[in-house]
Amino acid sequence: MEHNLICIVCPRGCHLTIDENNNVKGNSCPRGIPYAINEMTCPKRMLTSTVKIVSNTISRLPVITSEEIEKSKMFDVMKEINKVEVKAPIKMHEVIIKNVLNTGVDVISTREILE
Amino acid sequence: MNSYNVVIIGGGSAGLAAAKECFDLGIKKVLIIERDPVLGGILNQCIHNGFGLHEFKEQLSGPEYAYRFIEMLKDTDVEIKLNTMVTDITKEKHVVYTNEKEGYQEIEAKTIIFAMGCYERNAGSIQLPGDRPVGVFTAGTAQKYLNIDGYLVGKKVFILGSGDIGLIMARRMTLEGAKVLGVAEIMPYSNGLNRNIVQCLNDFDIPLYLSHTVTKVIGKEKLERIELSQVDERLMPIKGSEKYFDVDTLLLSIGLTPSTDLLSKLDLKIHPRTRGPIVNEHNETSIPGVFVAGNGLHVHDLVDYVSREARLSALGAYNYLNDKLHYGHDVISTKNEMGVGYIVPQVINYLNVEDKVTLKFRATKPYQNVDILIKADDVIIKKIYKLNLIPSEMENIDVTKSLIKPNTKVLSIEIKER
Amino acid sequence: MFDIIVIGAGVIGSFIARELAKYDANILVFEKENDVGNVTSMANSAIVHSGYDPVPGTLKAKFNVLGNKLYEKTCEELDVKFYKTGSMTVATVEEHLAVLKDLEARAHENGVEVKLLSEQEAKELAPHLNDSVIGALYCPTAGVVDPFNLVVHAMENAIDNGVNLKLNEEVVKIVKTQNGYSVVTNRGEYEAKIIINATGINGDKISDMVTPHHFDITARKGEYYVLDHFDDNFLSMPIFPLPSEKGKGILMTPTSSHNYLVGPSSEFVDEKDDLSTDSLTLKQVKEQASLIMKDIPFNMTIRTFAGNRPTPSTHDFVIEKVDDHFINAVGIESPGLVSAPAIGKYIADELVKELIEFKKKENYTPCVKKYVHMQMLSLEERQKKIKENPKYGHIICKCEYVSEQEILDVMERSCPPHSIKAIKKRVRAGFGRCQGGMCQPLVAKILAKYLNVAISEVNYDELGTNVVKFETKAGDTNE
Repeated sequence: MEHNLICIVCPRGCHLTIDENNNVKGNSCPRGIPYAINEMTCPKRMLTSTVKIVSNTISRLPVITSEEIEKSKMFDVMKEINKVEVKAPIKMHEVIIKNVLNTGVDVISTREILE
Repeated sequence: MNSYNVVIIGGGSAGLAAAKECFDLGIKKVLIIERDPVLGGILNQCIHNGFGLHEFKEQLSGPEYAYRFIEMLKDTDVEIKLNTMVTDITKEKHVVYTNEKEGYQEIEAKTIIFAMGCYERNAGSIQLPGDRPVGVFTAGTAQKYLNIDGYLVGKKVFILGSGDIGLIMARRMTLEGAKVLGVAEIMPYSNGLNRNIVQCLNDFDIPLYLSHTVTKVIGKEKLERIELSQVDERLMPIKGSEKYFDVDTLLLSIGLTPSTDLLSKLDLKIHPRTRGPIVNEHNETSIPGVFVAGNGLHVHDLVDYVSREARLSALGAYNYLNDKLHYGHDVISTKNEMGVGYIVPQVINYLNVEDKVTLKFRATKPYQNVDILIKADDVIIKKIYKLNLIPSEMENIDVTKSLIKPNTKVLSIEIKER
Repeated sequence: MFDIIVIGAGVIGSFIARELAKYDANILVFEKENDVGNVTSMANSAIVHSGYDPVPGTLKAKFNVLGNKLYEKTCEELDVKFYKTGSMTVATVEEHLAVLKDLEARAHENGVEVKLLSEQEAKELAPHLNDSVIGALYCPTAGVVDPFNLVVHAMENAIDNGVNLKLNEEVVKIVKTQNGYSVVTNRGEYEAKIIINATGINGDKISDMVTPHHFDITARKGEYYVLDHFDDNFLSMPIFPLPSEKGKGILMTPTSSHNYLVGPSSEFVDEKDDLSTDSLTLKQVKEQASLIMKDIPFNMTIRTFAGNRPTPSTHDFVIEKVDDHFINAVGIESPGLVSAPAIGKYIADELVKELIEFKKKENYTPCVKKYVHMQMLSLEERQKKIKENPKYGHIICKCEYVSEQEILDVMERSCPPHSIKAIKKRVRAGFGRCQGGMCQPLVAKILAKYLNVAISEVNYDELGTNVVKFETKAGDTNE
């Protein structure tokens, strides 16, 4: 049976189909193939959020997972993110949570907050 | 009076890219005027990823994308004024700005690049029927409260309009603990990117109501409920189709309009569809030396294209400063035909085209299996096949100079179904 | 024990308070809302009518004409924007011309200066009049005012002269006492020798507490379009159709803030606080306005709103002494805004005086301290202000160019704002095309800091209307 998917790897949003033998069609670039296969087995997503920051300029620091995490773990990772509070200065891509929930993925900052 | 070669109004994605390009072209005395305390503009609150695929060949979040450009400007002599607001502008290209340190100052600009972004259409601009309680926000305002200030505007949310900011906010608010009951779109198709429907709505089982709109806001002081109705093909609400949702928040993601308040002081012609000024191939307005870039010109769906177009505006400023721009002769106008909502630029000066001109346009409705026909005075000069074409995605088509002639009058685009 | 309690701080209550403040009396004002001028006074056409059309001999005619004459001086004293624009009432069909003549006679009877204009004269004054206009009645004394600050500054002036204002206090009961009345509110009980009912649309309810079933007030809703600033030359004065039993009709007018209003519709509603708008009515407003004006750029609409006129069953303002301790000043529909200064004077100087004679205060001042309006100053003057206070140089509202210090200034006044909307009414932050989309989070922060509360405690309007509800990462958002 074929499944229809929309690729989310880039804003182009290709309409993909994948069959039970992992044959992927409709992709405009090679990145569509692993996306489709992952989507059928263990869908993963990048997660972005904020953490509390003590700073003179701002009250939330934006963060991102260093890699995709399993979609099913998003809310669990959010709980971890919500527990954190950091202090300025924070550099770009500083590790905020190391190996969050043993996923092997870090939560890192996506903004530089100097003061 | 202080004088600058280029004054860039706005230090968001367009202003930053324009400034970097001005520097790369060797222009001295370049000034960015930014009203916020930091550079980056709206990118700072767009903490989701997906930016930069064209520009940097990787996926960045909004703040990261801005950071790349801010870093590039660090070792340059581009002057930056933060917390500074431009309040007036004259046809002689004098710019009046104000900030706490200097007060009101008038400066002279040889060229100006407007990079002032856009503002969100709101309950007032669409005359949203019903009460006007607290709890009705534009998606961007709620995004600012959430991502910058750390506050959720509410916990039971409905979203009107399937624009990207609305979809992104559906996911963000859900992750932060709100319940998003649905997203309604008056058109029979979504106005956001497909990937955002998947990863912002489908991932969280948030229903998308196509051909639906909010027909009544209910709640005298605080929002209590909304009435949602299905619409017919003329977009009129269908009686009897009403559904009600008890919510404390209604987010509006119903489109963006270029900020043109300052431009209006120059009496520039505003294009009825883009709602930005009419420009030539270098994004130059009808006043020579005055350029526009980014969402202040026309609203983009990808920041990468904003950066690219801003470089074109910077090149225009460079050419203007070096007396390389031609005016008046061999002007080609662009014309949107069947299936095309608008085209930027609206005019092209043949003599100013170096090797190619990029036509930016949007389809008026979703199409499948179509040819995009580029015509010079009704003769097809280029044909591009597209499997899918949707209004929410801006299309770019390069037309090489050899395809047009000095005496070409009209360059048009038509979408033809196969 | 108070000498006088004024119930209601709309334009009428505020002007009564202002005029009473001249006297050496102990005065208390109750307002059930979280700001003064928050109901009918803030949702109307903001026109200072000339007084040509009320039926001669009515209170409407009397106070309109008197009020109009007081306006220039009052607005000068209170530092409120007022422009004497004149107005035109236009005829579009032959039969209208005779009506204009009748109105001219009525104007003369009311003592109002008017002039009948030919089609050409009218169109010279207002080039965008509809082609079908064939004549007009010109009233040179009409004008437009900033209705929000009119009320705020009148109350500020009253407070500066010793009046006490209590917001968020709603009167629930009035009980007769030996030398006056006792007023019970949601928060306490207060006694006074004289009670003045200035509760506008709820005036019948309050009056009923003292003298039942005396009159009724019904809400007549009017829906409006607000257009953005686009061209000050489009229209320089209010343009009215011929008046009818439904009121002055659907008009177009410039505002003191260089916007334009188109409206109002006229429809009785059951609930007095029903201020909803609806597409059908607004469409009719558009059609009606287009009969007298052409090329109205409705695509410049930045907001629609509705206001409810308090229409009394008596067909005239209810301004009366009920007994030796209770005065009604309610049911003040159009032309209420223009009449307010004259009604205030009449109540203070005549009606109250008949009951108790108070001495005049020696240190009374009719003026408020001048406000700083940065955008109205020359660049040099602005520069001077910013030197003294740099925050005048920091723009918060990008559509209306409102500086941070102008917002802080109003907070220091004696009738200060307690909500985002109250700030909007005073300084126009959030009144522009983005409708606060950009400045609201900044204004919320300024207000939070000033009031020393969290942003989540900042109200948009009434108590309990917090703009943001929950802080994220606060430990309770992800259950």
